[in-house]
Amino acid sequence: MDFGQAYSPDNLRFLMEGLGMTLRLALVAIILSFIIGCVLGVIRYARVPVLSKLVGILVEIIRNLPLLLLIFFARFGLPELGIKLSPFWAAIVALSIFEAAMISEIVRSGLKSVEKGTIEAARASGLSYMQTLRHIILPIGLRRMVPPIVSQFISLLKDTSLAVIISLAELTHNANIVMGQDISIVLPTLLLVAALYFAVNYALSIVARRLESKPT
Amino acid sequence: MIDLTVLTEHWESYFIGLRNTLFASLMALAGSFALGTVIAVFRISPIKVLQACGTAYVELFRNIPLLLVVYMFFLGLPALGIALNGFVSGTLGLMVYTSAFIAEAIRAGILAVPQGQTEAARSSGLTYVQTMRYVVLPQAVKIVVPPITNQFLNLVKNSSILGVVAGLDLMYYGDLVNADTYNTVDTYMFVALFYLILTLPLAYASRLMERRFARSG
Repeated sequence: MDFGQAYSPDNLRFLMEGLGMTLRLALVAIILSFIIGCVLGVIRYARVPVLSKLVGILVEIIRNLPLLLLIFFARFGLPELGIKLSPFWAAIVALSIFEAAMISEIVRSGLKSVEKGTIEAARASGLSYMQTLRHIILPIGLRRMVPPIVSQFISLLKDTSLAVIISLAELTHNANIVMGQDISIVLPTLLLVAALYFAVNYALSIVARRLESKPT
Repeated sequence: MIDLTVLTEHWESYFIGLRNTLFASLMALAGSFALGTVIAVFRISPIKVLQACGTAYVELFRNIPLLLVVYMFFLGLPALGIALNGFVSGTLGLMVYTSAFIAEAIRAGILAVPQGQTEAARSSGLTYVQTMRYVVLPQAVKIVVPPITNQFLNLVKNSSILGVVAGLDLMYYGDLVNADTYNTVDTYMFVALFYLILTLPLAYASRLMERRFARSG
């Protein structure tokens, strides 16, 4: 093992660039998947005729496919259908759609956990269905969803490593290139990359735990 | 339109890929169940050192990407002079990664067994290991089955990682078919279909069990 060569300034800078790309990818995908996931979750919860069923089937299919397949498809399948995306946006599209499907399930079960009595009380005091949803069900439900949604974001951050297969220059991809230099720096590089992922995710999971212990 | 000849001319590739995916998932499940049970027992054991080891293991593998765990077997071990092929290192990676999640599911199941049961068993003269083996674990299994079915579902999906390390799974064979047909959309449509054949029944089963166990309390 050659730690000196593995952690040379050039290699470190290259890995940090990869980490930057990983974080950017995760951030954009987190924002998009949260918005899409909330919309889909509310549609499924609200039981809009036809639309809710359709969303339900789509969510079920996407949730049960490997993300790797979706990333690959977004980069190499979509161009055949006339949609050309750069590796970055292909990864964003696949990650956002997949994680949105996951988040929509969390949102739906969070909304379902709001007690019937609360909803009936709101309706009885004259709020319309949309008002009840907007002012009563969503605020209560969303607060309960915070811990599972943060764990989903941790999954998302880990899943960004799958963008390796479309050669996006994120952390795992750059680590692969560094490891190609020499076999003696494979283990030190793997250790460093694992430590980087761990640090980011562990920080997130501490946030999740803090939110979980807060009384709602 | 979907070109059915993609399937009819390459069904053998799809079939081998599907079989290997299922095989890798089942082996990883068996391994991660055994490993996960040990880690879970570590985490709730009264011995502080074991507890710390179990917690470190779970936190470590839950917070790093699966691909990195697979790389440790696929690229890391050869650096130490042990060379494994893609299928074996992929399956080992899946096993170690999933065991952390299964350990958490089992721990939750064990903690759900009332404390009084353990105390009664201990006071009637059973050792800690005997208490676990004959009293706590048999009861915990019932609580643990639905989340573990879910983990198996994740395992089948995650096994696609074998495609990254030339692990001869469905993703890998999909790649081969694609190289032959140049029809990416249809080729991967069928890959997706084969994954759904494995995952949808599992999703349905886990939901059914969750509902049934919820009703029986």
